[in-house]
Amino acid sequence: MTDAEAGVRTARSAAGDGAAPRIRNRWHKATLIGLHSQSQHARTLALRVPGWPGHLPGQHVDIRLTAADGYTAQRSYSLAEASTPDRVAITVDLLPHGEVSPYLVDVMEIGDELDVRGPIGGWFVWEPGDPAIGDGPVLLLAGGSGVVPLVTMLRARQQARDKTPTMLVYSLRGPRDLMYGPELQRMTAASARASTPADTDIRLVYTRRIPDGHPRPPAHLSADDLQAPLSWAQPLATRVYVCGSSGFVDHATALLREAGYADHQIRTERFGPSGADR
Amino acid sequence: MTVSRGFLGHHDPRAVDLPPGQHLTRGFPVLTAGPTQTVATEDWSFTITPESGAPTRWTWDEMMALPSEDVTVDIHCVTRWTKLGTKWRGVPLDAFFEDVETYYEYAMVHSYGGYTTNLPLEDLLDGKAWVAYEHDGDPLHVEHGGPARLLVPHLYFWKSAKWVNGITMQRFDEPGFWEGFGYHNYGDPWREERHAGD
Repeated sequence: MTDAEAGVRTARSAAGDGAAPRIRNRWHKATLIGLHSQSQHARTLALRVPGWPGHLPGQHVDIRLTAADGYTAQRSYSLAEASTPDRVAITVDLLPHGEVSPYLVDVMEIGDELDVRGPIGGWFVWEPGDPAIGDGPVLLLAGGSGVVPLVTMLRARQQARDKTPTMLVYSLRGPRDLMYGPELQRMTAASARASTPADTDIRLVYTRRIPDGHPRPPAHLSADDLQAPLSWAQPLATRVYVCGSSGFVDHATALLREAGYADHQIRTERFGPSGADR
Repeated sequence: MTVSRGFLGHHDPRAVDLPPGQHLTRGFPVLTAGPTQTVATEDWSFTITPESGAPTRWTWDEMMALPSEDVTVDIHCVTRWTKLGTKWRGVPLDAFFEDVETYYEYAMVHSYGGYTTNLPLEDLLDGKAWVAYEHDGDPLHVEHGGPARLLVPHLYFWKSAKWVNGITMQRFDEPGFWEGFGYHNYGDPWREERHAGD
């Protein structure tokens, strides 16, 4: 598995040296400093975390909530922003009967505290300049709240002024489920204004309901949705990141294989029923 | 430990016997680093390669001729879910190692698709691990590693490699796939050995 080996090198060089795991295992006290609604049932929580060791786009963070009686609950969330000193952001989608997400989406207020630990994961990451990706292009495939780590990758790419041609294909049920709507619109617009050919393409794939005027009828992700944009010099991306429910990831990887992608080009991140508590 | 104002939590009374940091799930989540591998039983084989370099190989039918066992075990995933009382049928690794001479103490487990995971041989023997091919009385579904996966329930479930196809014995303990990405080398859920350094 040559590609995995390349990934190991990248992850290690980015993590610095052998000291990284020890830092990562420490719990840090985090204070909520910012709230931003992302859809009718999702919001982004920005936390001040003194001593946070930094992270790569695509990694996640463990969070720990403690009740007054000492009961604790822990969950993992994708990091929602590129690395900034002493700061961690997560975007949480409400699951009505969950234990943790209702607290994070509906109860927590500015100034409230929790514990965080991380960053976690070195496989589902994309750093601008990754030599294994070269000039790309890169395809990002999101199902539902699986869009979070992929938008983090897009943000990091924008901050680094990276020019790797990139397309985000975002599958969602309907307009009410759209996360990061205004930001995705700005990215598309900025790309269209640029004098060079568009380097960020964003396709919204609505599966049940479409907003007025949307050209594509509601349907599941199909081979057509994965076709390279005209600006790409090649029909397939160098690397594909897929994040979503297990069903979505299986459906998407089957389409990718039919389109001619090899397994080593595809990196996946799934949330199954345990993600039910996200 | 930081108290989060207003957090109550679901105090699940059945959760008291769980390893630290785990919560119960009733579903069976699917977590895989890459695409699902599809292998027909006619094409499936399982190979153990000891230090002599001479592999011992079992086809599907040859594995089925070995004595199988029914086991009911709790499984613990490093992503924090625990599922209680899962039912499996499989061949204990002891049955495979009957036919293999090795003095090496470490095993590297291999899967279709290239996944690997490492563990000490002693964690595979004495009724602690199986090549499982049924779950809940049905043939193991491909998304859960069918036609056959390793089952090592006393360690975090990433050690229970899906689509397993062999073991290479090694003199020294080398890291497998997730172990190389910072997961703990051994992965005991009761000692919460999630990441390197835990």
